[in-house]
Amino acid sequence: MIPVAKEVGSVRAMGSGGIVSPTGNPDLPPEKEKDFRRELVLRALKILQEDVRE
Amino acid sequence: MAEKIRIVHYLNQFFAQIGGEEKADIGPGFKEGPIGPGRALQQALTGNGEVVATLFCGDNYFAEHAKEATAELLRQMIRYTPHLLIAGPAFESGRYGVACGAICKAAQERLGIYAVAGMDQENAGAGLYCKNVYIINSGDSIVRMIPTLQRLVAVGIKLLQGTPLGRPEEEGYIPRGIKRNVFTAKPPAERAVDMLLTKIRGEPFKSEIAAPQFHHIKPASALRDLSSAVIALVTDGGLVPEGNPERMEPGRPTRFTTIPVEGMDRLDPKQFDVVHSGYDTAFANQDPHRIVPLDIMRELEQQGVIGKLHESIHATGGAHAAVENATRIGQSIAERLKSAGVNGVILTST
Repeated sequence: MIPVAKEVGSVRAMGSGGIVSPTGNPDLPPEKEKDFRRELVLRALKILQEDVRE
Repeated sequence: MAEKIRIVHYLNQFFAQIGGEEKADIGPGFKEGPIGPGRALQQALTGNGEVVATLFCGDNYFAEHAKEATAELLRQMIRYTPHLLIAGPAFESGRYGVACGAICKAAQERLGIYAVAGMDQENAGAGLYCKNVYIINSGDSIVRMIPTLQRLVAVGIKLLQGTPLGRPEEEGYIPRGIKRNVFTAKPPAERAVDMLLTKIRGEPFKSEIAAPQFHHIKPASALRDLSSAVIALVTDGGLVPEGNPERMEPGRPTRFTTIPVEGMDRLDPKQFDVVHSGYDTAFANQDPHRIVPLDIMRELEQQGVIGKLHESIHATGGAHAAVENATRIGQSIAERLKSAGVNGVILTST
């Protein structure tokens, strides 16, 4: 859904775990799923610390 | 119409020939008969009516005392027992345009007088009042004074006579956001193919549906210090407290929930529901962290990676959201977060 986010003016957008579980992955065992989520969150926090151009 | 139409015309201090910006703080006033553009309005009526009075008010006075000015103008207006109020045209003048819209809306609603305003479609008054008042799009140049007055008269007379108005582009008014069903000779498939062929031939064509306009948004500057930043979690994935006490809609949302999470280390699936008609919520209901990463954020807070996790999660259901509602929801959430001193947001979207 990144193209939609960009279309409406969100400049900081990143891919995620998918439509039904943006911050998860039901196919992974619980601990691995949490690691996956941690990586996504850390990436999001990194993007917040970057300057972006319009 | 056997009886001549009685028209009251509203102008600002400039067009009423009182003065320019130095007179913008004068209060409401009136004069019998037409003034300035009112004379052209009188001509545009071609004998069907008469401009019985001109009301005016300074742009700044109206902007600063809208309520009092409106009440006073209505009081003066009623003495002339008009059939129709024509306001402006205000062209690109914002204060004047807002005053025109406000006085027309008030005259319609409180006195039952038909009203039409004129201004440029980009005028702030157009955005504020185009749903309540027929506003003729004057463009931004005074060059269009005469044709705009003619349009104002034409639409005003139709309103008075109860003649149904045509489409905005036929009558010259700014779209009011109203959809009407109409019968057409050709079914949609044929019209779509016709439109495509027209496009391929490089000829001008017009979509039957106006594409939504998204306003340009200036991106926030980068977070300088994550370890002192307050970060909030927001989602359009439809997270609600168990039982959905605020009755958030699963689709076409008009509101959002505020979920207090202070002191909470994880989102217990028993305490939350996911209400969203746009995706299969089974996985999110099993573990709400799949749509809102509260567990990780709390860990990062405890490790000092982020300064603080904001005390509430805001959530709405993003399915089939009207752009207008989504914008309002987004703005309300953003205002709350801003006033709570939040520095950054992670918004998870399903």
